[in-house]
Amino acid sequence: MDRTQDLRDTRELVLSLRGISKHFGAVSALTDIDLDVHAGEVVALVGDNGAGKSTLVKILAGVHQPSSGSITFRDKPVTLADPSAALGLGIATVFQDLALCENLDVVANIFLGRELSPYRLDEVSMELKAWTLLNELSARIPSVREPVASLSGGQRQTVAIARSLLLEPKLILLDEPTAALGVAQTAEVLDLIERVRDRGLGVIMISHNMEDVRAVADRIVVLRLGRNNGVFEPDASNQELVSAITGAANNSVSRRASRRQAQSGQAPAPERRP
Amino acid sequence: MTKGAEQNTQAAPLLDRSDERVKHAEGIGGSVRAFWDRVRSGDLGSLPVVVGLAIIWTVFQSLNPVFLAPNNLVNLLFDCSTVGVIALGIVCILIVGEIDLSVGSVSGFASALVGVLWVNQGWPVSIAILAALLFGALIGALYAVLFNRFGMPSFVATLAGLLSILGLQLYLLGSTGSINLPYEAPLVNFGQLLVMPDPVSYALAALPGIVMFVLGYRTAARRREAGLSPQPLSSLLLRPVVVTVVLEFIVYYLNLDRGIPWMFGLFVGLVVVMNYALTRTKWGRQMLAVGGNREAARRAGINVRFIYMTAFVLCSSLAAAGGILSAARLASASQQAGTGDVNLNAIAAAVIGGTSLFGGRGSAYSALLGIIVIQSIASGLTLLDLSSSLRYMITGAVLAIAVIVDSLARRSRASHGRA
Repeated sequence: MDRTQDLRDTRELVLSLRGISKHFGAVSALTDIDLDVHAGEVVALVGDNGAGKSTLVKILAGVHQPSSGSITFRDKPVTLADPSAALGLGIATVFQDLALCENLDVVANIFLGRELSPYRLDEVSMELKAWTLLNELSARIPSVREPVASLSGGQRQTVAIARSLLLEPKLILLDEPTAALGVAQTAEVLDLIERVRDRGLGVIMISHNMEDVRAVADRIVVLRLGRNNGVFEPDASNQELVSAITGAANNSVSRRASRRQAQSGQAPAPERRP
Repeated sequence: MTKGAEQNTQAAPLLDRSDERVKHAEGIGGSVRAFWDRVRSGDLGSLPVVVGLAIIWTVFQSLNPVFLAPNNLVNLLFDCSTVGVIALGIVCILIVGEIDLSVGSVSGFASALVGVLWVNQGWPVSIAILAALLFGALIGALYAVLFNRFGMPSFVATLAGLLSILGLQLYLLGSTGSINLPYEAPLVNFGQLLVMPDPVSYALAALPGIVMFVLGYRTAARRREAGLSPQPLSSLLLRPVVVTVVLEFIVYYLNLDRGIPWMFGLFVGLVVVMNYALTRTKWGRQMLAVGGNREAARRAGINVRFIYMTAFVLCSSLAAAGGILSAARLASASQQAGTGDVNLNAIAAAVIGGTSLFGGRGSAYSALLGIIVIQSIASGLTLLDLSSSLRYMITGAVLAIAVIVDSLARRSRASHGRA
């Protein structure tokens, strides 16, 4: 509690959303969303399917435009008209499917669309910069000249994150960074997120995995049916989070937990996933 | 490996060699081993085509000793250049994962257009050629619009183009059926007779090796400066020396007869330029990215539609250029130009040379290697006095084999974790 309070006092406010709403026809995907992200802070965005997490991330990535509300980025009101506008401001997005070209090597993927010297590619400088980025993340990539197809899921996630850091963003959005990963690879990516945070970037992370969220997040923002439904500290109990996500103390997760409790006569492990 | 690691720890550790889990090829032996590992995992490169060529040449040489005579090979090079230029365009379109089935018709129409404008209408030959190239570019642009705006599969759009443009060619040539180009014209000389003087050909054959070494040396120096592992001098020297020896021998052998055709020089020049564009420019990188993963390319901010546009336009323009060259080669623009097996030969050449039908993999050199295979078969069967029926069947079988090799290699690459 104290630590995050300090953060909010001393660190720069990178991003501030006020009253963001988004309608798709008659459907309100987001209603009156407020969200603050400080430099050097990991904000986890959690919520059930259809809660509006991805819509919010897409608004921040410039893919969708909000129907109403204001976005303030580094103390200036901004509009994010398209993905390149968001990139230009310093908002980088790592999409869930990573969007890497498997037939190209790591260097080519990191610099995709931003190659140095277009008529005579500067491979040496690009490789050097790629190694610098990867080493800053303490990444374990065997060779940057192998096609991405030969890398593991965690290594690909690393490449995608390194790519998002190329333009030196102030805010990085991670959509389900650990969804497709194994245990060890998840730990590596969580380490990576902490290193990104320690570089003074603001991080917004979407995840369904409460364990991962609690492991790295400084604050947990819950969305429910397109509205803010509470902000939690990482030491909040599973029960609190789940009831905020599902909107009721008596929900399918708690019913299941109490059923198991009754069967075994034991308290459920607090970190059990919903 | 241990030896290399020791060297690295003694000196300042190189940025790209700090991870001890990765094997790095050391020296010439290491390079050979690395090559063998790549082949075993399905990254075949141009190996199948070289092996295939060796088999084809051995068979035909044993059946007819004239096959490998310098005279026949010089003719082979003349024939290669026309369809080869078309195949180069096919490489472009295959790299982005699309196809152009109308290259034969476009080439035929281009030759007819040059014939009509130059011979019948009396336009200057250069303007006629320019008009034909422009027409090719226009057709490509039309395909790109159909593909980008209407989402029409390139397979269908170009199949429609195949028929329409063939109709246009027949209409243009009208009742006469064919136009003879004047024999004494420079264009026809270029297509039939002009060969490089011996010294020029020797000098040009020495050029690739020199350029390769100078560029390689400079890159190695820059990498050393930047703290990356440089290529060792031994392998830096080996490739240029081998390439130069092979090229000089080929030139020497062909100079026993007439020598290297200028038309073939033009073709190789186009291949080299295309290779540079595909491997060393931003545009080429984006072509491969679009072919590999279109959505990823779009999200990286690449103008995907523009890339498709350039690929279609280049393919059709090169098809038109190939058509003009074949008109020069035959000294005529006829209704038969560009029909028959031209289409399939061009596509087969690109695929046999190692450009994947599935997009994202390919090189300009595959057009050169592939067309030599295709023309060798055609030339060998002609020497054996076999009918075109048999020639079609055999060329079709070779194409099928090439695609099977491509598919198998792709599967093997997937299981070995290579793209």
